[in-house]
Amino acid sequence: MSDAAIQYNEDVVKKFVIAAIFWAVVAFLVGVVLAGQLAWPVANLGLPFTNFGRLRPVHTSAAIFAFGGSALFATSFYIVQRTCRARLFGGEALANFIFWGYQFFIVMAALSYVMGFSQGQEYAEPEWHLDLFLTLIWVLYGVVFIGTVLMRKEPHIYVANWFFIAMILTIAVLHLGNNSAMPVSLFTAKSYNVASGVQNAMIQWWYGHNAVGFFLTAGFLGMMYYFIPKASGRPIYSYRISIVHFWSLVFMYIWAGPHHLHYTALPDWTQTLGMAFSIMLWMPSWGGMINGIMTLSGAWDKLRTDAGLRFSVTAVGFYGMSTFEGPVMSIRGVNALSHYTDWGIGHVHSGALGWVAFISFGALYYLVPVLWKRERLYSQKLAAWHFWIATLGIVLYITSMWVAGIMQGLMWRAYDQFGFLQYSFSESVMAVHPYYVIRFTGGVFFLLGSLIMVYNMIQTVRSPTTARPAAEPQTGLPIGTAMAGA
Amino acid sequence: MFIKHETIEKNAFLLLVFTLLTIAVGGIVEVIPLFTIETTVEHVKGVRPYSPLESRGRDIYVREGCYVCHSQQVRALRDEVERYGHYSIAAESMFDHPFQWGSKRIGPDLARVGGKYSSDWHYAHLMNAQSVVPESLMPHYAFLAQTPLDTGDLVRRIKAQRMVGVPYTDDQVANAAADLKAQADPAADNAALLRRYPKAVTVPGDGRSVTELDALVAYLQVLGTMVNFADPANEKPRQ
Repeated sequence: MSDAAIQYNEDVVKKFVIAAIFWAVVAFLVGVVLAGQLAWPVANLGLPFTNFGRLRPVHTSAAIFAFGGSALFATSFYIVQRTCRARLFGGEALANFIFWGYQFFIVMAALSYVMGFSQGQEYAEPEWHLDLFLTLIWVLYGVVFIGTVLMRKEPHIYVANWFFIAMILTIAVLHLGNNSAMPVSLFTAKSYNVASGVQNAMIQWWYGHNAVGFFLTAGFLGMMYYFIPKASGRPIYSYRISIVHFWSLVFMYIWAGPHHLHYTALPDWTQTLGMAFSIMLWMPSWGGMINGIMTLSGAWDKLRTDAGLRFSVTAVGFYGMSTFEGPVMSIRGVNALSHYTDWGIGHVHSGALGWVAFISFGALYYLVPVLWKRERLYSQKLAAWHFWIATLGIVLYITSMWVAGIMQGLMWRAYDQFGFLQYSFSESVMAVHPYYVIRFTGGVFFLLGSLIMVYNMIQTVRSPTTARPAAEPQTGLPIGTAMAGA
Repeated sequence: MFIKHETIEKNAFLLLVFTLLTIAVGGIVEVIPLFTIETTVEHVKGVRPYSPLESRGRDIYVREGCYVCHSQQVRALRDEVERYGHYSIAAESMFDHPFQWGSKRIGPDLARVGGKYSSDWHYAHLMNAQSVVPESLMPHYAFLAQTPLDTGDLVRRIKAQRMVGVPYTDDQVANAAADLKAQADPAADNAALLRRYPKAVTVPGDGRSVTELDALVAYLQVLGTMVNFADPANEKPRQ
């Protein structure tokens, strides 16, 4: 059966692509503002809604849920239709409701933070009304996605979809578990979490670390498993690795949360379990990395000519790096030094910028010409500029945070010759100032790169130079669908 | 005996169920015992629910996102104990809904900040941190001093916390408004307040209306002070 016969719902994918690009710029911009505030505190302005404490969740939510989330919706809806050879389940209206509902959630969440409504738990700041609304959107997302899988005309469920299914399921469980709270009243946007203290801490990091593990890893691995084979025109390196990688990753990630709570009041046995599984997690993570990168064998030359593919492959490289760094930092002795310092911030950003953002950029550079039925990207050269500026930005960001973090850790534990603590806390604050300026510069670079991408995307859609020759039949599909699709 | 992976790949239902089972194990093993093993939170003398003013101050602490820069958890490490005081024990945050242990120290740990500085210092510091600590990166919170504390739903807030397990007594609920007032007024008789909430620190305030800043300072001043670690009854090491 010919693919052209199926009318895929590309409208909702397009909407999510636009949203992802828009929120990417917003997330990076707010990040740059926050980095500026840490380097020059006057930038806080002293206003309730511009202070660091209220803006920081805007940045994290914009990056994770707005940019990352929109990119996930776009790619998962695109991939599930192509690999199942079925139109999106539930029709236009439902897909559009999910789009507008999710965007509404994002805007309301951001507004609520700056207006002073917060549950006070990292990456789970939205208050209970919004949590309930998000639950509805997420359940509908699950219905549409799994519905499409059930309608598939392919006997096998493609590996990318396993990862999306795991993400949808696990995020639902985590969201409900961590946000169980008692509202003050029906009309008050204030609630008290059902759990307290040590149990609340464990549940929060079971949630928090698996937001990383399932939202920012499993979902984006789904992207990797589709777009790298597509862009390189090569099949996935090892089918066996994908199976082992999937089940071991899904099993082990859930255990890793307690590594955020070393040496705290959390019982030792839980800390040790968390550490052990975090170290083991290195293996499935690298299995996935190897599977992604080795898919390029025989097509390495495409890295020179296809800037989008270069983003995807570099992303997998960063993924390998941060999934090695993570297990190292989860070791108690290392964590004693690294925890509470900027090393953690550096680690998060090597994952968020290097992996999540880069793999999304790779997918976006692939998708925009396909979705808007253009012959090619407007400019490979501009995409290459984006790549190098953004990479330089990441390098500035993570190296400055490594230095700052390790320095903080060492200063906090330094003793003088008489056996007294050598440094006051404020001395450690002064010492990191130059690195905060470097980090700010890195952020500006990354933001500039994304603006180049915005221009490139707009031109791809609008410039006459990228139009398809009129004579060709417009199938809307590049060759090689069967490669990743079957 | 073993199902072929092909079977799972061809059946969305099986894939869903197996994935759900796989992700359930870790969470069940790590989370549920924390609620059932009694030694997870060992009860110690002194830990009490927050006074109404402290509790409202805590709401403001959560609202302003103080936890993104300040931890509230002294780890069991020599340098931390010397810098901040006795390492944090589980009971000290047993009434914290939500916990505010934090994950980053852009500023210092606050688990034992109570009593370390005078209340006047806290007012000056929150209004303009650089005026007392020139190196500080902290934003200014002068607006809290101009915002009257909303006490309209005070009892509802206390009751909501009682619903999730904070043992507020009927006496404490009935006197919530009076206790809040007494703690924000240095001239008031605070004997009843101290009976219900030992060690509650009366904040200076401006004597006219209770502000959000008053509440926040009251909260900061009780942090880490509830347990008396010099008391031999509390000497049993936890870990």
